Amino acid sequence: MQRIKAPWEIKRELVIKAEEETDPKYGYKPEERPINELIKFGIINLDKPPGPSSHEVTSWIKKILKVGHAGHGGTLEPSNGLGRSQSDWRPTDSPK
Amino acid sequence: MGWGDPKVTGVLPIALNEATKVIQVLLTSGKEYVCVMRLHSEVPEERIKKVLEEFQGLIYQRPPVRASVKRRLRVRKIYYIDLLEVDGRNVLFKVGCEAGTYIRKLTHDIGEVLGCGAHMQELRRTRAGPFTEDEDSITLHELYYYYSKWTETGDESLIRKFILPMERALTLIPKIYIRDSAVDAICHGAHLTAPGVTSLETKIKPKTLVAIMTQKGEAVALAKATATTEQIIKMKHGIIAKTERVLMPRGTYPKKWKTKKRAGVS
Repeated sequence: MQRIKAPWEIKRELVIKAEEETDPKYGYKPEERPINELIKFGIINLDKPPGPSSHEVTSWIKKILKVGHAGHGGTLEPSNGLGRSQSDWRPTDSPK
Repeated sequence: MGWGDPKVTGVLPIALNEATKVIQVLLTSGKEYVCVMRLHSEVPEERIKKVLEEFQGLIYQRPPVRASVKRRLRVRKIYYIDLLEVDGRNVLFKVGCEAGTYIRKLTHDIGEVLGCGAHMQELRRTRAGPFTEDEDSITLHELYYYYSKWTETGDESLIRKFILPMERALTLIPKIYIRDSAVDAICHGAHLTAPGVTSLETKIKPKTLVAIMTQKGEAVALAKATATTEQIIKMKHGIIAKTERVLMPRGTYPKKWKTKKRAGVS
């Protein structure tokens, strides 16, 4: 069977349509954002430990970084249609 | 492992605050896993290799009994399966696949084709969309340490390295860069028209999900393109992408569009 290219194997080039300058007064380059802005628009590439579920890990991150909202990009336990009981053997508090 | 697979480890991108809006891109992006498959009897290595190759390309897959989606036969893309090691009945392989592919089910099906049966022993995700196990990957403990370093000493250099801008999540989708003057209109939900575009990436087709970016490289919105790259380059007016999800807060850039003067208002 013919091999399908993975999305990360596709190469794209940039084509220019019009030339225009950007005003440094507005916005920030993503890598120059002040730290508070960075956390507001931030993403973490987490190495998930074995044990807790993706959902639990996400809620710990919320506590560690004291952010109001957090969500994960694709659960690592997709077959989990059911919730799991809190009275499990694992601690559910953030690691301290 | 009664509930799902909490033992599964690896790449789990977590979006904070406003960045949660880009999660939809990550949910639908391809994944890569390294998997230990346990065979139920010994099989020669060449045969395993041959069968794994058969699973590359389009496969049919019925979601497992305990799944969070409807159990209907679905087609999934397997980009590659590379056999890494065979040790007795344990088979280590790497698989690149479309979002929503069940690896537990895949190993089961491989076992059926081999004729001996097989199950998934261990799983680690090595890629989720653009995120891999590289130098910006972080563990919970490191994150906690770097965050407290920052709050205690005010030194943000450590935590800065690991909180990535949300634009990183958009690395794999094609981008359209726009003028400063078009940014706030998009933030208010307007569709992108041809004059606002300064540059764009190749291989854009109608209905592809694109990211609208400022010239500084900030994400403005996610949109569905309505024309190809070649067409957009030639277009002088008209809508070229329909805004689906605004990412940038309104008012970040100045409002530059004209509004009609209403009667009675001078």
